[in-house]
Amino acid sequence: MATSNGGADEYRSIPALLHRNATRFADKPAYREKEFGIWQTWTWSQVETEIEALALGLLNLGVNKGDFVAIIGRNRPYLYWSMVAAQSVGAIPVPLYQDAVAEEMAYVLGHCGARFVIVSDQEQVDKVIEVQDQLHQFEHMIYLDARGLRKYDHSRLHQYSHVQDQGRAAREEYIEELKRRRESLDYDDTCVVLYTSGTTGKPKGVVLSNRNIVEAARSSSEFDHLTAGEEVLAYLPMAWVGDFIFSIGQGYWTGFCVNCPESAETMMTDLREIGPSYFFAPPRVFEGLLTTVMIRMEDATPLKKRMFDTFMAHAKRVGPDILDGKPVSFGDRLKYRLGELLVYGPLKNTLGFSKVRVGYTAGEAIGPEIFDFYRSLGINLKQLYGQTEASVFITVQPDGEVRADTVGVPAPGVEIRIGDNGEVFYRSPSAFVEYYKNPESTADTKDAEGWVATGDAGFFEEDTGHLRIIDRAKDVSKLSTGAMFAPKYVENKLKFFPAILEAVLFGAGRDHCVAFINIDLNAVGSWAERNNVSYASYQELAGHPKVLDQIQSHVEEVNRSVAEDPMLSGCQIHRFLVLHKELDADDGELTRTRKVRRKIIGEKFDDLVEALYGGQSSIYTETAVTYEDGRQGKIKATLEIRDARVVPVQTQPLAAE
Amino acid sequence: MLDATEGYTTADGRKIGGVVMDMRNITLRFGGVEAIKDISFDIREGEIRAIIGPNGAGKSSMLNVISGFYVPQEGEVWFRGEKRPQMKPYQVAQQGIARTFQNIALFEGMSVLDNVMTGRLTQMKAPLWAQAIWKGKAEREEVENREICEKVIDFLEIQSIRKTPVARLPYGLKKRVELARALASEPKLLLLDEPMAGMNVEEKEDMSRFILDVNDEFGTTIALIEHDMGVVMDLSDRVVVMDYGKKIGDGTPDEVRANQDVIDAYLGVSHD
Repeated sequence: MATSNGGADEYRSIPALLHRNATRFADKPAYREKEFGIWQTWTWSQVETEIEALALGLLNLGVNKGDFVAIIGRNRPYLYWSMVAAQSVGAIPVPLYQDAVAEEMAYVLGHCGARFVIVSDQEQVDKVIEVQDQLHQFEHMIYLDARGLRKYDHSRLHQYSHVQDQGRAAREEYIEELKRRRESLDYDDTCVVLYTSGTTGKPKGVVLSNRNIVEAARSSSEFDHLTAGEEVLAYLPMAWVGDFIFSIGQGYWTGFCVNCPESAETMMTDLREIGPSYFFAPPRVFEGLLTTVMIRMEDATPLKKRMFDTFMAHAKRVGPDILDGKPVSFGDRLKYRLGELLVYGPLKNTLGFSKVRVGYTAGEAIGPEIFDFYRSLGINLKQLYGQTEASVFITVQPDGEVRADTVGVPAPGVEIRIGDNGEVFYRSPSAFVEYYKNPESTADTKDAEGWVATGDAGFFEEDTGHLRIIDRAKDVSKLSTGAMFAPKYVENKLKFFPAILEAVLFGAGRDHCVAFINIDLNAVGSWAERNNVSYASYQELAGHPKVLDQIQSHVEEVNRSVAEDPMLSGCQIHRFLVLHKELDADDGELTRTRKVRRKIIGEKFDDLVEALYGGQSSIYTETAVTYEDGRQGKIKATLEIRDARVVPVQTQPLAAE
Repeated sequence: MLDATEGYTTADGRKIGGVVMDMRNITLRFGGVEAIKDISFDIREGEIRAIIGPNGAGKSSMLNVISGFYVPQEGEVWFRGEKRPQMKPYQVAQQGIARTFQNIALFEGMSVLDNVMTGRLTQMKAPLWAQAIWKGKAEREEVENREICEKVIDFLEIQSIRKTPVARLPYGLKKRVELARALASEPKLLLLDEPMAGMNVEEKEDMSRFILDVNDEFGTTIALIEHDMGVVMDLSDRVVVMDYGKKIGDGTPDEVRANQDVIDAYLGVSHD
């Protein structure tokens, strides 16, 4: 497919794109990282030199074609270069989640058989050393930050800069080999293996070829007219497919600049300083920001608060239409301009969104209020639907057709069909090759014709052609009455309330639904402060009668809204309780990407579930917890169980389609 | 007893050098109260030296003698092979001795960065008027000093609070900022007065790691006072034990732990 950007067939790998960029955009910034309080910049030609030095160093260490090189650390230019350096020598980069505990790492490192590991600092070095006895193929580790590592045994441990130095010194010896390996890379070679966090079972290694990544980057860049002038902030985990596509795929395809924050905690300040033009965040980041804004506006002076309320109401009315280019009266436009000057502009500046041209959110459903808030400010926030296996893109929202409740139309080059059970299937050049060393799962997910099962249930809206996702296909089940049970659909509605952080719905095989609810300590804590509700702990706040009243009103509101949809009206919540602890990935209750593990929660708190169905009004419970430093402890609590009003409906059995 | 110039090797394989600071027969009186009674001990290059003892044993007074805040009535302080004349605390600081305080002594209204920058004060040579107009040498100096401070900020992982006023910080972070200010002066000898007091377990772990890293990374000699015995025994190479102004023990953590006088001082003795 020929394009204005040069045919994709010319550039069949990331290293090939790197070479193109180093020629075409030689002096343009490719990477920035804030270090020692200053943004350090590398141009494309400097990046090519750095990557080449590292690649030569890797050859010097004995990296073979087809070896796996694991990469663990926060977003840093050096680690992005490691991935491309590994590709340059014919090895396969495997980025890992840096917050994973040692045993989780051991599984992935053992499964792919990584011979080399490149890590950021002592913390990661320690984790790998802890599990190295289980790893038969592991040979060498390269680290970036030497701090605290002076006394370590350096027979298998190397500093990143030393590896580069050795690479430079041995340039004569290895450069021909490097060129040979780099040039032999083709579309069918593996670009990267990404392990999915997996809501159930062991992580699976998704093999993505150069074709997958380059095609996905090309078509998505063209779809949103991304140029070499974009600025992005790389702050999402490197092991996540989204970051790989945005920071490497699209970054190398279009030649834009990837900015790395100083540390995870400084992300908001760095966001403001960079002012990205293309921005991606999961819904919880947008939710968190909105909550912060709202909390701070509560504390603002009356004049400021009135101004904010007035102009935000106006923005809500006309903002999205102005963004979509729909007709809006002159007066309204004028008032919006004034609002831009007084409220929207400064607010966007504070949030770091002044220059955002295209913003995406995905991963979870986003609350309509949250979505509309950003769009009304004039930020072109859109939704996409995707997964690791698809190299992200399955559906995207085109400009002008953006809505909170759909995920858009099929992305360029993607075909979609809906299975008999409502499951969404797709086929595209970006669809993954296989699950590494797991032919059974590959066969389960991808059929001979290339159709990939997403595991999500959804349907196309007839009039707009937009896809709507209801829930995970396997989570959609039936109540004992035969009515449809789509827990995620209801949970998402609950989570749109700022006071509710997480919700877990139960009901499969039962005659009605019940729910666990987690309060959002920030939002509820701030509410408590304003309403003179005193509390000493999370547990006490979560059990406060006034908080329960508030949650109850939210639950009842959700019940009313759920009842409007005849297909899902059986999912109304009859009884609920507010959990005494926050659901946590460390306790195995959430995945690392913060998705609820319903089954595990159901088993862990089976006494609570039984109490919800048993009609008791309170229950005493003890829960084991893991603290951040790894110690175990116990939380004891007596939880109040409440009944929520439900809207009576005629039970509609799910029609067998 | 060790020779003054000869070093030793610690259990974890670190090379410790010769004597840096030698306290000889120090006696300090406040009127009729003898806070320190004829104490001698040395601190060697590159070691972590702890001073422990029950409340009122005279530990902080000892640290104040080292930092030049108190002048002992009797005895001599030898620093780097020379007998130290009576000095003002700022002169001691210029010699390369920096400290933190038991009760945090930061400029509350100033940002973390500004507080850390004050640690460079003794190194600033440009005259006041030049600093006021911020030209030439003053500007160059400021850039150099800022670089050093930024490295310390990076080292102690306080980038995210760089511009935050100190008053807004929680206690544990304030302690870390104080350490940052002391480190900014690139000290040869770092004195820490109860660096972990009032901290929770996690903060203590962080602080211990920073102390070890400072020692490891910059080779800074560290003398610290601490109450938490677990921390002291884990961190330090040699320990001085004081009780009622007297030295009752001196040696490696294991030696001190086995010392009967120390056990008596800490656990009490029965008097029957």
